[in-house]
Amino acid sequence: MHTLKNKYMKTIKNLALVLFVATLFTACSEDDPEVVNEEELITTLTATLRPSGGGTDIILKSVDLDGDGPDAPVISVSANLTVNTNYTGVLKVENETESPADDITIEVLEEDEEHQFFFTPTNNIATVSYNDMDEDGNPIGVQFTLATTTAASGSLTITLRHEPMKTASGVRNGDITNAGGETDVQAVFPITVQ
Amino acid sequence: MIKKIFFCVLFCCLSFTNNAQECNTILKGTVIDYHDGTPIYGATVYIKSLNKYATTDFEGKFKIEQLCNGEINLTISHISCETKNVTVSIEKDTYRDFFLEHHIESLKEVSIVAAANIKSKTIQSTVLKGKTIEAFSNQNLGDALKDIAGISSINTGNSIVKPVINGLHSSRIIVMTNGVRLQDQEWGIEHAPNLDINTAEKITVIKGANSLEFGGDAIGGVIVTEPSNVLLKDSLYGKSILSGQSNGRGYSFHSSLSKSTKKGWYVNAKTTLKKMGDFESPEYVLSNSGLNSKAYSLQTGLKKFESGFNVYYTFINNEIGILRASHLGNIEDLVNAINSPEPLITNDFSYDINSPKQDVTHQLVKVDYYKRFKKLGKLKVQYDFQNNHRFEYDIRVGNDRNKASLDLNLSSHAITSSFKFDAKTDEKYKVGFMGAYQNNFANPNTGIKRLIPDYDKYDLGFFTIGNFILNDETTLDVGFRYDFNAINAKKFYSKSRWEERNYELDFSDLIIGDFNTQWLVNPKFQFHNISASAGISYQLNDENSVLFNYGLSNRAPNPSELFSDGLHHSAARIELGDLRLQQETSNRVSANYRFKSANTSILVEVFFNDIRNFMYLEPTGTEQTIRGAFPVWEHKKTNANLFGADFSLTQNIGSHFILKNTSSFIRGKDVKNDRNLIDIPSAKTLNSIGYTLEKWYDFSAVIESEYVFRQNLFPNNNFETYIPTTDTTVLVDVSTTPSSYHLLNFNSDARFKLSEKTNLTVGLTVTNILNINYRENLNRLRFFADDLGRNYTLQLKLKY
Repeated sequence: MHTLKNKYMKTIKNLALVLFVATLFTACSEDDPEVVNEEELITTLTATLRPSGGGTDIILKSVDLDGDGPDAPVISVSANLTVNTNYTGVLKVENETESPADDITIEVLEEDEEHQFFFTPTNNIATVSYNDMDEDGNPIGVQFTLATTTAASGSLTITLRHEPMKTASGVRNGDITNAGGETDVQAVFPITVQ
Repeated sequence: MIKKIFFCVLFCCLSFTNNAQECNTILKGTVIDYHDGTPIYGATVYIKSLNKYATTDFEGKFKIEQLCNGEINLTISHISCETKNVTVSIEKDTYRDFFLEHHIESLKEVSIVAAANIKSKTIQSTVLKGKTIEAFSNQNLGDALKDIAGISSINTGNSIVKPVINGLHSSRIIVMTNGVRLQDQEWGIEHAPNLDINTAEKITVIKGANSLEFGGDAIGGVIVTEPSNVLLKDSLYGKSILSGQSNGRGYSFHSSLSKSTKKGWYVNAKTTLKKMGDFESPEYVLSNSGLNSKAYSLQTGLKKFESGFNVYYTFINNEIGILRASHLGNIEDLVNAINSPEPLITNDFSYDINSPKQDVTHQLVKVDYYKRFKKLGKLKVQYDFQNNHRFEYDIRVGNDRNKASLDLNLSSHAITSSFKFDAKTDEKYKVGFMGAYQNNFANPNTGIKRLIPDYDKYDLGFFTIGNFILNDETTLDVGFRYDFNAINAKKFYSKSRWEERNYELDFSDLIIGDFNTQWLVNPKFQFHNISASAGISYQLNDENSVLFNYGLSNRAPNPSELFSDGLHHSAARIELGDLRLQQETSNRVSANYRFKSANTSILVEVFFNDIRNFMYLEPTGTEQTIRGAFPVWEHKKTNANLFGADFSLTQNIGSHFILKNTSSFIRGKDVKNDRNLIDIPSAKTLNSIGYTLEKWYDFSAVIESEYVFRQNLFPNNNFETYIPTTDTTVLVDVSTTPSSYHLLNFNSDARFKLSEKTNLTVGLTVTNILNINYRENLNRLRFFADDLGRNYTLQLKLKY
């Protein structure tokens, strides 16, 4: 009985030793993990509006440097829009956490059949039409025309959808209602037309 | 018996006279019970070469005279023991003790894993066996357990099924497979147990934390799956199950082959292959819901009474499509999805599995050894290694299109050892310890911030359990366990998140690196957990029995609860862990009443579980990002009470009909904030009527009605959000539960004998016969699509 107990204790001790050694072997990976900088991160959406009759460009910008982090994006509009004016617009999406900033517009254009920007104004502040198309003849929205008429204030929402149904009703004309797909970028800009 | 002994003795006497020679050495001995050292009366000692017999007396003693010097072979047998062959060499008159194993049932019946504690009479447990499990050959563990009162499941679609025991799941449940605690990132709701149900011959579900042998943190309960028993005879046997099903247009094939020898050697191999295409609801295809699964296992070992070992390896790979329509961009997409009566994306049926999907491989190696010590007990030592490699694929663009968004590799080592003191039948003890090391590696090459960080985790545990048979009617069990958990993680936090969580106040000393917009942080946490259990069962009379038990358990927060931080793409939500979480403490009391007569069996189980610092995940608001707004789900803590009742009835009517009912009701309450708890299973009642006709090919047919009540008690986590494209503020209803539903199911099978050792069972199962549209509260995809429509399954089962 006594020897059995000793034997048992010995086994326990051996096992504890094995465990200890195993732990030493496996636990030595003290290297710090590699930092991940998000590759597909979009931090910045810039819309440049150039008045057709000449004048200063109006810049609409949404910047969210912490990506999915808690900080809300910073929205800026450089100036008020003018009544009865056509603006030629260009959109740019970037990842500004990289230096130099990574222009993601290039990727969007490479896969243009799968992407479309939508422009949703409120209070009839403006109308927007597309100036570009993908290989299937459907709009993309990187290039567009924005036309103002009367004085008003409201907002302009610019949305980038991935894999929208471009052939669904109204989508070609810029109506997001039936577009489906997933939202990659969405920014709401306060606009005053005067 | 007496007669038998008489003849034996008579025969012995006869043989003595027949073999009279000049040899006159005497062999005396005692035949003793191996376990408790008591002498065995009525054992036969036989010398084949000389055709000499002797039978032991009341003191276990025997005597054989007139033997020649040299080696003699003895065969010692007893009606309730395994026959033993012993070689004795005698030079002179000799006295020897011979030990017999006085437990033939345990030898023939008990499986390789001696899951001793689960046989305890004082815990709430339910066992599923052979045929019931085989019926679920083409499904999941979670599906098979749902017919048990009090067990439900939490699903992501219909291929990711997690068992829920009395309202608790994931890290609160331990899944044991062939003696190994499954370590497969069980913290996530969309992480189903990586276990092929076909490897189990027996599944035991234990409610509550009263099985301390397996762990102290199983606040919900334990699911123990065990492989088939080893037959102690020379045999080669196997089975194959082929199932084909209409919904998903899929098949499942399982085959196993076992070889065993009389000496206790055994080897068996199993394989299961499953392939399913898109499943269908009554009205539309659930696009991208297919499944590809491969599982293999191999095991070999030696099983003798005194000692034995087991070597086991399993491999399982599941590639599971996630409903395409559940992949969302932001809160607006979520609102659109919730408001759309049909999924926003439905394609034609396909077997293709595209993103979003998960691809998980789990491998397990186990070696165990046991040895029994005379008049003392049984020692068991085990080592296991598991590797769980999980890929989750989201819909991505450009060069990253086919790159996983999540790539976690979890390696776990564990050494366990226990000693069971079972020399006394009415007083047994078991002591044991466990040491485990775990490493998680989150691959940075995904190009997406890690949802779960790299970490090392250490666990050390000790337990002791006592089982006392106080009298013929009363059994008492008590147990105590201590666990130490330490976790050492290295995690990147974006600086904005670190501040938003107010971590700079409490945890600034954890920062070990500055990476531009991110901190590298080294959280090291230690937890000391105490668990205890006590249970008593009392047999009132032949038909009525009761049991009461109490369990105290502590569970340390899991890596997901501590460290989650980021956007869960497929769920369109930001999930946030909390470094401040402490372990939760559960005090659970339960009682059972059982009535069992020849034709009726009734089981009523009730429980009350008070959980302090109960950790749960709930929506708390929204956050604005450049993609738009996202709902934020936070891991929080509160004090919770769960209580419920489970009822099971089996009634035989005549010799052919059988009526069954299982019903369960559970309530979950956040007592701190006086609210309902989220994700509490609905009340459910299952009624079935079965007909069996053994004479006609073992025919059986069962029609089952499954009624699931609407869960009316849910917390209101709805929130309002501004949808810019429509310029409206809408209510996002993430709380309202789906309506009640009623499903009718049918199952029938018959068995045909093909030859002496071969039989074929043909089974037909129809689920959701009425093809109704329904959504289940605990299916995470309920916001996006209906559940499954009607399904026909044809199963062929060949045993040989």
